[in-house]
Amino acid sequence: MGREPNYLELSLFSVMWSEHCGYKNSRPLLRRFPNEGSRVLQGPGENAGVVEVGDGWALAFKMESHNHPSAVEPYEGAATGVGGIIRDILAMGARPVALLDSLRFGPLDEERNRYLFREVVRGIGGYGNAVGVPTVGGEVEFSAAYSGNPLVNAMCVGLIRVEDLMRSRATGEGNAVVLLGSKTGRDGIHGATFASDELTEESESKRSNVQVGDPFAEKMLIECCLELLKRDLLVSLQDLGAAGITSSASEMAASGGVGIDIEVEKVPRRETGMEPWEVMISESQERMLAVVEPEKVDEALAVAERYGIGGTVVGRVAGHGDLRVIENSEVVGTVSADHLADAPIYEREVVRPAYLDEVQNFDPEEIPQPEDYNEVLLEMLSHPNLRSRRSIYNQYDHQVGTDTVVLPGADAAVMRIKGTKRGFAVTTDGRGRHCFLDPRGGGAATVAEAYRNLSCVGAEPVAVTDCLNFGSPEKPDGYYQLAECIEGMSEACEAFGTPVVSGNVSLFNETDRGPIYPTPTVGMVGVFEDVGRHATPGFKREGDMVVAIGAGTPVSLAGSEYLEIIHGRVLGRPPGPYLDAERETSDLVCRLIRDGIVDTAHDISGGGEVVAVAEMALAGGLGMEYVEGGFGRKVAGQGAGRADVALFGEEPGAFLVTVPWERWAGLQDALGGSVGYDQIGTVGGDSVKIPGYIDVTLSELREAYEQDLFGIPGEVVGGSEAVG
Amino acid sequence: MRIGVTVFPGSNCDRDALYAIERMGEEPVELWHAEADLKGVDAVIVPGGFSYGDYLRPGAIARFANVMGPLEDFGREGGPILGVCNGFQVLCEAHLLPGALLQNRHMRFVCDRVRVRVETANTPWTAGFEGGEGLTLPVAHNEGNYFAAGETLARLEDEGRVVFRYLDNPNGSVNDIAGVCNEGRNVVGIMPHPERVSDPALGSDEGLKILRSVMVGAGV
Repeated sequence: MGREPNYLELSLFSVMWSEHCGYKNSRPLLRRFPNEGSRVLQGPGENAGVVEVGDGWALAFKMESHNHPSAVEPYEGAATGVGGIIRDILAMGARPVALLDSLRFGPLDEERNRYLFREVVRGIGGYGNAVGVPTVGGEVEFSAAYSGNPLVNAMCVGLIRVEDLMRSRATGEGNAVVLLGSKTGRDGIHGATFASDELTEESESKRSNVQVGDPFAEKMLIECCLELLKRDLLVSLQDLGAAGITSSASEMAASGGVGIDIEVEKVPRRETGMEPWEVMISESQERMLAVVEPEKVDEALAVAERYGIGGTVVGRVAGHGDLRVIENSEVVGTVSADHLADAPIYEREVVRPAYLDEVQNFDPEEIPQPEDYNEVLLEMLSHPNLRSRRSIYNQYDHQVGTDTVVLPGADAAVMRIKGTKRGFAVTTDGRGRHCFLDPRGGGAATVAEAYRNLSCVGAEPVAVTDCLNFGSPEKPDGYYQLAECIEGMSEACEAFGTPVVSGNVSLFNETDRGPIYPTPTVGMVGVFEDVGRHATPGFKREGDMVVAIGAGTPVSLAGSEYLEIIHGRVLGRPPGPYLDAERETSDLVCRLIRDGIVDTAHDISGGGEVVAVAEMALAGGLGMEYVEGGFGRKVAGQGAGRADVALFGEEPGAFLVTVPWERWAGLQDALGGSVGYDQIGTVGGDSVKIPGYIDVTLSELREAYEQDLFGIPGEVVGGSEAVG
Repeated sequence: MRIGVTVFPGSNCDRDALYAIERMGEEPVELWHAEADLKGVDAVIVPGGFSYGDYLRPGAIARFANVMGPLEDFGREGGPILGVCNGFQVLCEAHLLPGALLQNRHMRFVCDRVRVRVETANTPWTAGFEGGEGLTLPVAHNEGNYFAAGETLARLEDEGRVVFRYLDNPNGSVNDIAGVCNEGRNVVGIMPHPERVSDPALGSDEGLKILRSVMVGAGV
């Protein structure tokens, strides 16, 4: 700047150069992500990524973390996470049509973790239900690595006509800068800085850094902005998130190559005596910033009034390249917008941590084989990591908007686009334990898992958004995990042709108990030409053949749910990735569904083959019996030799599908010779039976699987019907 | 037939109701809360959502909106009105329907599909049914626990004004009540969402039968 900045200017830098806004530690690494593809209309750098669907429709989507606020004030932290991601989608001009949440908590036998879990879920529901955007999917996992530092990643998908796409670039000297929505208060001041530090005992005292959400105000803001866009009253639009007016105005100015003057006294306030710097970095929720041509200002403000929300001209687009803060005609701060948007970069050395050799040193022979496989299966299904998520998603309105084709509980949410045959599918996935054991392999496996989940509902996977949740990058282990996960994710995205079009980074997820597992989460979107051609996991017809389709990749106990749940160990290097083979199998399953050969499919994931079978049986209310030799032979002969490996071992790139006899020949033709497949059993009866190993009735399975996740462990609570 | 849908600030099932009316092949008419005008519609749906953010009490503020004056007159004059979810709460607050909707017994929002029985075909919104027919309808609410005091409840039952009853009660409603009507039988409130099951593309159009009943009643 060439001079000493004043306090206001320092405040602006303090928030904009925080890790949360400035990506100081992650920016050089993020360049590794592929972000181009034939369907990509908007890659990183905007409020959300946008991909083309067809028939003139596009999807805007992004995922964002709200981990730190949720750790100290879980209800509002989660609620405002939902509110924030909705505004990112709205800023692209899209109507928000689907929400998902990727969550991580510590084990539920700790009271604090139960509190965080319960309140985060209540916060997501409290906001999403009221704002009228359906929460259609998501995921949750529990591990000691997240005790005291939960992960709350919210994703939103919006629908828009290609020609209506909006950008945040400010242009046109003299155009008005209009602040829409709620009044500005002192809430959330320095939220971005708080989010860029480790969580300590002191963090609890920062509850006032957490913003408070008002879904009603957001609902009115959505309808108001969509009407402003419909009437063509806006030049550009940007949400106010972390760092408030400062980040919105400086980003709008920097991307448009212009300056912005903010007349700070015009900003409507909900508190008295606020200093200019407080107004500039307040993170009060439910606000948007719009650039409007002078002759359209009156009409724009009238629209805001119709929706009962604030609309105030608070500044102008200027020819200089600065963000200038003006109070009663006096300039109280001037900072170059480029400078503000261009935080310094720290590049660090990537050093392989010593812990990896220790945890990867795993000999399966040390693991005793169980005596009673029925008991093991029931224990697995009742574990919070594998148990039914019904008690969560029954608290979310997943049908408002009447576009939800496949309800929560399937591998991915399936949504239609009204007035067309088209639709889209969306999933969120994370594999923290895997990334801890093998950061590069885990990063790739995270993307592969999302790709499989979309494939087995029949959608063509298109693009990715991500949240990179990591510990401190200032520690060598943390930086290595970040760099390696990004490398693995990038390799997978390249192999699968699914570019990363948006995302966010949350570092410093550490408490006095240490860092979290490195947990990149991926939100992947896929498209349907005919959304009527989709599959769900539930068995549908007695007598259907159950067929395993696999890439012939190894089945292993390393890093498996079985190893952690039953044997209490987090060890080994899970096999893979085998990206080309995994893609081939996934694409094949997708094609089987699209061609109408298969309507029932599920991937083999956490818990292995038998857990997948149990999930399909429970979802459809029909049992299954393995054929003679259907077990132990397994796909391409893998997994033979040891029963627990074959039953509960995990493998990348394997699926179960079912077909009636009359389609068996068609299935064989379609499978051709390139992938391995086997008929493993037949749908029917009211139990899951594997001769010699498993014989459990559906009602026993259901009792284990459908337990309420919000009960106190060890206390018997009712099943799903207790919800409500 | 022209069917109006009221839109309050915070309504969020208004567009779904308008879409369902279109699917019926009838003409949907948006009724904006600030205008005291029903635009000559033949029937009105008060949709679900969180009118005025559910602040104070669900429906408590909406009842004072400008559109409610003519709506109350329409109801008293025998015009068919269907309140769905938050709309049911609004109609109770406006005393067009008896009783109140309390917080769910289990203190949680519930979104699920429940079995419901149509108890009477003698309302404009159930005229297309045989009494006793079963339906599967979606619910999504935090305050769906219907309550009416002893005498009111006895009258509702005696006069056959319990219109829908849950077969698996999701919220603790007294007598498993999912929907009731007024004395004139033209105003019906229902907690489940018929408009959400109005399209086979989403797996079911059982709810259309409720919406279409209004055409039977009107002799259309």
